[in-house]
Amino acid sequence: MFDVLSPALVYAGGAALTPFILNERLRQIFMLTIPVLALSLFWNLHEGTYAVFNLMNMQIGLMRVDKLSFIFGLIFSIAAFISVLYAWHVKDKLQQVATLLYAGAAIGAVFAADLVTLFVFWEATAIASVFLIWARRTPGAYYTGMRYLIIQISSGVILLGGIILQYQQTGSLAFDAMTLGSFSYENAGTWAIFIAFGIKCAFPLLHNWLQDAYPAATVTGTVTLSAFTTKLAIYALARGFPGTELLIYIGAAMTLFPIFFAAIENNLRRVLSYSINNQLGFMVVGIGIGTPLALNGTVAHAFCHILYKSLLFMSVGAVMFRTGTSKASELGGLYKSMPITMIFCIIGAMSISAFPLFSGFVSKSLILSAAADQGQFWIWLVLIIASVGVLEHSGIKIPYFTFFAHDTGKRVKEAPPHMLIAMGIAAFFCIGIGVYPQALYAMLPYDVDYVPYTTSHVVSQLQLLMFAGLAFAMLIRFGLYPPEFRSVNLDFDWLYRRLLPSIFRGLARMIERSWHAMTRLALYRLDRFLVVVYRAHGPQGPLARTWPTGSMVLWIAALLGTTLLLTYL
Amino acid sequence: MSNLPALQIILPLMAAPICAMVGRPKFAWGLATLVAWASFAISILLFLSVRDGTVISYDMGGWAPPLGIEYRVDVLNAFVLMIVSGMTSFVMPYALKSVASELHESQHAYFYTAFLLCMTGLMGVAITGDAFNVFVFLEISSLSTYALVAMGAARDKRALTAAFNYLIMGTIGATFFVIGLGMMYMVTGTLNMADLAQKIAANGDSRTLRMGFSFVLVGIGLKLAMFPLHLWLPNAYSYAPSAVTTFLASTATKVAIYVMARFMFSIFGFDYDFQANTMQFIMLPLALVAMFAASTVAIFQEDLKRMLAYSSVAQVGYMLLGMSFLTQLGLTATVVHMFNHALIKGGLFMAAGCFIYAVNSSRIDDLKGLGRIMPWTSAAFVLGGLGLIGVPMTAGFISKWYLMQAAFELDWWPIALLIVASSLLAVIYVWRMVEVLYLRDLPEKNDVRAVPLTMLVPMWGLLLLSVYFGVSADITVSAASRAANALIGASNIFWQSGG
Repeated sequence: MFDVLSPALVYAGGAALTPFILNERLRQIFMLTIPVLALSLFWNLHEGTYAVFNLMNMQIGLMRVDKLSFIFGLIFSIAAFISVLYAWHVKDKLQQVATLLYAGAAIGAVFAADLVTLFVFWEATAIASVFLIWARRTPGAYYTGMRYLIIQISSGVILLGGIILQYQQTGSLAFDAMTLGSFSYENAGTWAIFIAFGIKCAFPLLHNWLQDAYPAATVTGTVTLSAFTTKLAIYALARGFPGTELLIYIGAAMTLFPIFFAAIENNLRRVLSYSINNQLGFMVVGIGIGTPLALNGTVAHAFCHILYKSLLFMSVGAVMFRTGTSKASELGGLYKSMPITMIFCIIGAMSISAFPLFSGFVSKSLILSAAADQGQFWIWLVLIIASVGVLEHSGIKIPYFTFFAHDTGKRVKEAPPHMLIAMGIAAFFCIGIGVYPQALYAMLPYDVDYVPYTTSHVVSQLQLLMFAGLAFAMLIRFGLYPPEFRSVNLDFDWLYRRLLPSIFRGLARMIERSWHAMTRLALYRLDRFLVVVYRAHGPQGPLARTWPTGSMVLWIAALLGTTLLLTYL
Repeated sequence: MSNLPALQIILPLMAAPICAMVGRPKFAWGLATLVAWASFAISILLFLSVRDGTVISYDMGGWAPPLGIEYRVDVLNAFVLMIVSGMTSFVMPYALKSVASELHESQHAYFYTAFLLCMTGLMGVAITGDAFNVFVFLEISSLSTYALVAMGAARDKRALTAAFNYLIMGTIGATFFVIGLGMMYMVTGTLNMADLAQKIAANGDSRTLRMGFSFVLVGIGLKLAMFPLHLWLPNAYSYAPSAVTTFLASTATKVAIYVMARFMFSIFGFDYDFQANTMQFIMLPLALVAMFAASTVAIFQEDLKRMLAYSSVAQVGYMLLGMSFLTQLGLTATVVHMFNHALIKGGLFMAAGCFIYAVNSSRIDDLKGLGRIMPWTSAAFVLGGLGLIGVPMTAGFISKWYLMQAAFELDWWPIALLIVASSLLAVIYVWRMVEVLYLRDLPEKNDVRAVPLTMLVPMWGLLLLSVYFGVSADITVSAASRAANALIGASNIFWQSGG
């Protein structure tokens, strides 16, 4: 049919066959071969657009291979492989099919050369992924999934609207860089596309679906979810809106605001979800700066981020798999029971905190350098502050509260072997990229000569990390001995432990109250509206009940009268 | 070959009394099926020979028009003929088991007789070039439809009142229509459509003409269930036997839409301002109201067939909307949607019939959890539902795509937004069924009859076709576009120079 088979079709075909393989081991092996097979389809392709055909006078291209789409295709394939491997123990066919379809749709979207194909896969990721949430089969998960689906589908609908407007304006459906001017009727389409990308990318105020949905998925589902949707949005932004200045400020805000939420959050999977926001912020800033160095940074960071974030989710997931909880207050002291998981978790934590010799360092440096090169001092500063925040909530908090802190006395088995292997692969990449970044740099979309390991980079990063670490240690130290220290350090203590938190708490309570009042009002209004709608349209409402013949005829008379009146006017 | 237009009508017309006279159910079914397929073959032949834009004119009994009755086949009515006979060919195999389970055996032969007559009437309406002939055939189809709806009484007695109401409303509609024809005859002295068009343009504006126009508009509006003249439809569709509902939903309203388009564009032809005004100030708002009100009513329905019936009213709204744009693109959307909706709604009502066959109920509450034991029917329903919403890769998407294009072409983007918004309502009522079928638990006590293949295969055939025409829409869209050209070209409308 086409000159090149789209990898998305391989995933779809695999997903269609999966339920019919009855032997569980065979099925898992079959599923593992699919990412490899799909990868082999585009591994050796030269740059260009393949699988081009005409549909209703629209130029459709299923496979656009260039450096940008290739590297995202590659990392999505790796992520799909790791997700499937990590879920080796799962016997639920629904999750298996959904995982394959979801990964395939994401890869299909990455290779889309036109906006229509992008839209189709965009919606497909939404629909396939929601089953990973519903797979928990609890009422709570059902409602969370519905909320998630509504937001994701809305993003697709807005995208479709934008595409149609854009098509009307320009007559082109190609998916290339767009210019986001000031808002006007002429470029309403471009704005709609931008907002659709923004929803999937969890821009501030459009972000709540992420923290809502990801922690609600199954243990393995969260690992899968964390890899694709938001990074697909990053890809779409990098492809469509590089150098859009607005993105710099959006990204900066994204790096900052989740830190506070993450710091006070108890559910570790939700902490990691907030930290996705923060990491996406770095990438969005990179897209906004838009220089080759910055875009390279964004792509590299997305690549590394998928690996270490899934590594962290996998380790927390493994703990949850064994202990049944991911709440910080119920965990602790697990380093004796799950030492290998702990090591992997720390590798992930050091990567996300950008320790030298770990992958986060070599990718984040690119973005920081790009910001500095462009003279964006304030943005650079925000990113530095955000990096400290990352270290605090992801780098230290996650491993500390899970494996150390107070021992809750839980004695469980080490994670099962397939989870350890999956984590091992991710950890291998994290360290491998950190030690030998040239391999990653060679694949980046632009040729930029960049050396991450200069003395000044390493020293400044280490300073940053040490002081941030010190601060955390101090806090923990004081926090550990409240009775003894309270009397001695009353003023000082009170300042940072009572006043600040109570101000924060007061603020939070105020915001929470007004938010509740607003939502209650909105819900009340909605209820009233629905009652009115139901009164008119419900089975006994005037619009739906069976009318006596006489009143039917009355309508005819009314309409005839109106028509006659109109024609005589 | 040259007698094909006559054969198209004669064949079912002659077969109908034979069915009644022989009176054996199996024989009646066999003959009806055979005739349906033969008619389908004839309409395909006709369609192929007029596809390039030629017009076949056939003089009945050798009497030349405008005095004699003329059958006139252009690409538009060939397309409609194909929809009617094609749908009959799909419904016939389905009817065998469905009718056997829903009707007394004594009625079967009469059922097929009425069915054939109904089909004759609908095809006659589509094929004829004589305005009064349209009325005659419309009555043939309507009278047989009343009988068909009333046969639903074997399952639910309320079918009788539904049929009675339909009879009254349908008769009023037909009367209005014929009054309108009378006025037109007063002005022009002719009943041949082509002749009418010329004389209306030549004779000038007059009160009589305006009166005639209004009566025709309201009369046909009743037949095609234009909101708020749709009140007969939900009951008639809910209580008629499933095979009849399937057939009516996918052909009867479509033929009425065709008549509306034919009269508005070919015959009245927008020589005078009042026609365009009426279309845009009456039909357009009513179409929009139908899209929302009927869809919302569908959301709250407790009966599956009734829900689908209200959804039909909403879908008629889309077709009228495309027509009231008064542009080539709008008409294309209307004609494409006629075809696509026939496939989708036909498939959906077949699925409803399968549920009725299996659990002897179409109440949504009684269908809980059936997704697990009736996977094929349930999956078919979901597929049809997706088409109703207009998800890409289904036929419904093509219709909405062109409808939105037509709205954008006029820069009426608020209307385009309304089209999207009303599609979201369809998401809700389709989702409701998905939830009932798949997410609810099956009641402990259930006796579910297995649905026979003769019902499953036609249903899947229609729905797979709807997916096929959703992916490769070249055939339907090019035919619809030519049909729209034929309609627009027949009228000397003012926007031709401007657009």
